Amino acid sequence: MNLITVSGPPSSGKTSVILKTIEAIKKRELNVGVVKFDCLYTDDDILYEKAGVPVKKGLSGSLCPDHFFASNIEEVVRWGNKEGLDLLITESAGLCNRCSPYIKGIKAICVIDNLSGINTPKKIGPMLKTADIIVITKGDIVSQAEREVFASRVNSVNPQAVIMSVNGLTGQGAFELSTLIYDENSNIETVKGSELKFPMPSALCSYCLGETRIGEEYQMGNVRKMNIGENNGKH
Amino acid sequence: MASIRELEMKKIRDLENQYPFVLSFFENNKMNVEDYRDASLNEYLNHFSDEEIEEWAIDISKIKSDFEAYINQMLQFLGMEKDVVDSITILAGRDKYGSRESFDSLTIKKSEIISIVGPTGSGKSRLLADIEWAANNDTPTGRVVLINGEKPDYSIRFSTSNKLVAQLSQNMNFVMDLTVREFLELHAKSRMIENEQEVVLKIVEAANELAGEKFNLDTPVTGLSGGQSRALMIADTAILSTSPIVLIDEIENAGIDRKRALNLLVSEEKIVLMATHDPSLALMADKRIVIKNGGIHKVIETGAKEKEVLKELEEMDKIINTMRTKLRSGETIT
Repeated sequence: MNLITVSGPPSSGKTSVILKTIEAIKKRELNVGVVKFDCLYTDDDILYEKAGVPVKKGLSGSLCPDHFFASNIEEVVRWGNKEGLDLLITESAGLCNRCSPYIKGIKAICVIDNLSGINTPKKIGPMLKTADIIVITKGDIVSQAEREVFASRVNSVNPQAVIMSVNGLTGQGAFELSTLIYDENSNIETVKGSELKFPMPSALCSYCLGETRIGEEYQMGNVRKMNIGENNGKH
Repeated sequence: MASIRELEMKKIRDLENQYPFVLSFFENNKMNVEDYRDASLNEYLNHFSDEEIEEWAIDISKIKSDFEAYINQMLQFLGMEKDVVDSITILAGRDKYGSRESFDSLTIKKSEIISIVGPTGSGKSRLLADIEWAANNDTPTGRVVLINGEKPDYSIRFSTSNKLVAQLSQNMNFVMDLTVREFLELHAKSRMIENEQEVVLKIVEAANELAGEKFNLDTPVTGLSGGQSRALMIADTAILSTSPIVLIDEIENAGIDRKRALNLLVSEEKIVLMATHDPSLALMADKRIVIKNGGIHKVIETGAKEKEVLKELEEMDKIINTMRTKLRSGETIT
């Protein structure tokens, strides 16, 4: 089975891109399944079901979604193999711009959109910088110039990635993307023992553990203060 | 090819002098090299503490390999003899029912204008996508697209700086909060051109010739009218974009001189393809492609009679435009 991890900021068009790409892949009579990771809510699984794609969803709830991904991916891969899939796509939202769910040796796709602003490539960390393929969406609603500037900025933060435009509405570019993601020589039986491409941020402060009160005396563990000038506003 | 082993030993200052484009690499990768100009790249990268590396998600070996890839890409781009695209040739494939398209090959030369007509969903986007991808019997239509009569180097499919096709579509907007000047400068920078100011002025001048209402360099791009935006987008694409082929998805007939717009693109040696439902626009083309059931159904040359009809249509357009101007300035129509 092939395994592809797709991630990107919320509302960048991941699901539309994946759906359009699956349409193209299915014409090659490949069996494709999707596992959708999200935080509090998603009904994208219904969209996949409608498209006749075997789908599972995982909501991380009170946990960090990327940590949740890492703790579940092994079982997810097992499921995909059991279903007899040729290609398993995982989809997850990069919610804090710092984490990325990419695994070494597994093809990683990052989806970002032209509308997100010219500085977005600077703001997104490993999720963009360590992707193998970067898909830029919503090109039909911004000018040619903005598309060119955006793509050149993306290229400067990850010059080794393949960068392409896909229109999630019309599907323009999705067929072309589909030719890049399936590799008949790749067979992932398990990801046990595989490593993340990039470590996730260290956390664990009192708020991670359920603290709700504001104030220094309630803060424990990994806590840091921003520097806002003279004594940080203390008298 | 520059290799990272040599690059990383060079002083940052020397790297910046030798490869001025590394400034945008440093900036976009948030590498603050200001106090390290006299240090080597390697020394700069090694100064980060473990905490900083974790904190800012820095991956030093990835930065090094990216830096090498970036420098080589840019050197290649700058040194490249721009391959002039004199023509594209489309070799017939199949429609969506698998029947062969009813033409053998269609060659479109530089400075030619081709319109594409057909019902919505008939396969116009697929044709445009086939051209953009330089299809090689590897898309659903089975078409082959040749550049200058030959199969191109397929690395153009993934090039960000040397794309074959620039696209202009009807619902495009400017989304950046910049003035016209800042916007054009930004675009010119990303194209790494030398005579930036000259080009910026040339674009605004050209755009103002197309737009009904003039605008200046200090107008915010988001404040331009529909016609002004289209005029600026077309002038910018004609003059600044390196892509030899321009695909246009309809140009709305308001606040812009469409004939001039097409002439501008053609005078900059572009190959122009436009999908349209508008009779005047369709007839302004030298030829039109009729699409049906996902395939090219016919290729029609715009005949002398049609050019006569076009004149009438243009008269009608003129009447409508004059009325629009009158109404806007508070006059009554008599």
